[in-house]
Amino acid sequence: MKSAPYLLSLPALLLFGAIVIIPLVMTVLLSFHDWGQYKGIEPVFVLKNWHEVFTDSYFLEMFWRTFRIAFFVTLLAAVLGAPEAYILNRMKSPWRGLFLLVILGPLLISVVARTLGWALLFGGNSGLINKALVSMGLISAPLPFMFTETGVIVALTHVLMPYMVLAVWAALQRLDPQIENAAVALGAGPFTVLRRIVLPQVMPGILSGAIIVFALAASAFATPAIIGGRRLKVASTLAYDEFLNTLNWPLGAAVAVLLLVALVAIVVGASRLVERRYAQVFG
Amino acid sequence: MSRNGPIALIYHTLFVIFMLAPILVVCFVAFTPEGYLSFPTDRWSLRWFYAIGRYPEFISAFWRSLWLGALSSAIAVAFSVPAALAIGRHRFRGRDAMTALFMSPLMIPHVVLGIAFLRFFTELGLGGTFVGLVLAHIVVVLPFALRLTLASAVGLDRSIEHAAISLGASDRTVLRRITLPLVLPGLISGWALAFINSFDEVTMTVFIAAPGTETLPVRMFLYIQDNIDPLVTSVSACVIAITAAALIALDRAYGLERLLVGRSVDGR
Repeated sequence: MKSAPYLLSLPALLLFGAIVIIPLVMTVLLSFHDWGQYKGIEPVFVLKNWHEVFTDSYFLEMFWRTFRIAFFVTLLAAVLGAPEAYILNRMKSPWRGLFLLVILGPLLISVVARTLGWALLFGGNSGLINKALVSMGLISAPLPFMFTETGVIVALTHVLMPYMVLAVWAALQRLDPQIENAAVALGAGPFTVLRRIVLPQVMPGILSGAIIVFALAASAFATPAIIGGRRLKVASTLAYDEFLNTLNWPLGAAVAVLLLVALVAIVVGASRLVERRYAQVFG
Repeated sequence: MSRNGPIALIYHTLFVIFMLAPILVVCFVAFTPEGYLSFPTDRWSLRWFYAIGRYPEFISAFWRSLWLGALSSAIAVAFSVPAALAIGRHRFRGRDAMTALFMSPLMIPHVVLGIAFLRFFTELGLGGTFVGLVLAHIVVVLPFALRLTLASAVGLDRSIEHAAISLGASDRTVLRRITLPLVLPGLISGWALAFINSFDEVTMTVFIAAPGTETLPVRMFLYIQDNIDPLVTSVSACVIAITAAALIALDRAYGLERLLVGRSVDGR
């Protein structure tokens, strides 16, 4: 039966065609429609919204901020998360499972609840983090975290960290411990083993984790909305505003479509690069 | 394998503190006896937990989230079982493209999905309805359900099915008595992972929920946008407690790592 796989997947295909592909196409079309304060949405074909998104410095600055935040979140997650995955992998049986649960578990806890935690820790001048930093003598005046990019970056790094640890962990599972032992037997120090043996082998894991974290950071919504507030806009919170406050749906759709296209281009491009680079090594 | 040195253990401790601090802070502040945000120092109080009872929006949003998660995950599993059998056990043209399509809700920013659904449902007259929420949630949780049902469909031992056929079982009997029971564990865990993701979803839902159909995370998010007070910390503490309990149960039953990466800690 040659048609069996098609028949089996037909229900899901119809579902996705009807409620994923059609709405996405409608959104792309919506971004070309006209809008006015009093006339509402007009189904005509204009480039007005796209022209505005590409020429208005407000949007340029906002997209630049979105990707800058995503870049720093990715960098922090990689630099902090990769060593932790390595340490976790060297732990003995009960601890390993326990801490894996502690570190990956937050992934499944509500983003709103986790971001609320950071809002409480930052909390203006009286926040716990500032109190701790001042009392340790590290800073003299409280640092502003709420409504700043720094705050958004710290909270988002926490929110997305499990994805990085997960990706590096998965790469570490494929590692052959005999290679490390061989390097030690040949007289390599622990640092050399880490740099010359472990790191090159887990690099694909770090890079694939970085791609996931970057994509999720650039499209994050709840965390920048709560920590960044109404002043610090990123692409997703701006689109939300256009849709639910200003009601300029066509402009909001243009912002969202641009975010989607930019992310798909970055993710697909980066994945290709990683695959090509490591196909040479492992192929 | 060599042990971790002292520096590694200090780093590990700091890392775990970083991961747990925001979650624990929410739970601590929830027990404050004061009327404002503060840490309970000498006295603990449940007043903010009792206060939840006076805000029916939170309670009804909680039940709605529960039903929405259960229903949309069940439908997503029903759609993904045949699709997983097709993708996992057949080689056919368009197989990779089909898999990419079904996994695409993981890649498409949820803001974009929210906007697309808002426009689509408004045109259909489903804007702000529970039916709309269910349809949207089926789409975003389907990749999770599919991933786990796919894993169990791939790992299925076909010789058992062949044995059943050679003993005279009909196609339907094989499906009902052999194939489905064998993929059942993957099906249940797929449902559970889908449920948790539906229960937590806020970014897409905030676009398509109306005042009468808000889910719990959406209600919490909109509440925090206005102001942060101890009430929302006690609601969050309840959500954290429920999720943590579900997590531990899932970890015991199935192994969290197997759920998230498809491999288990001891390489089972």
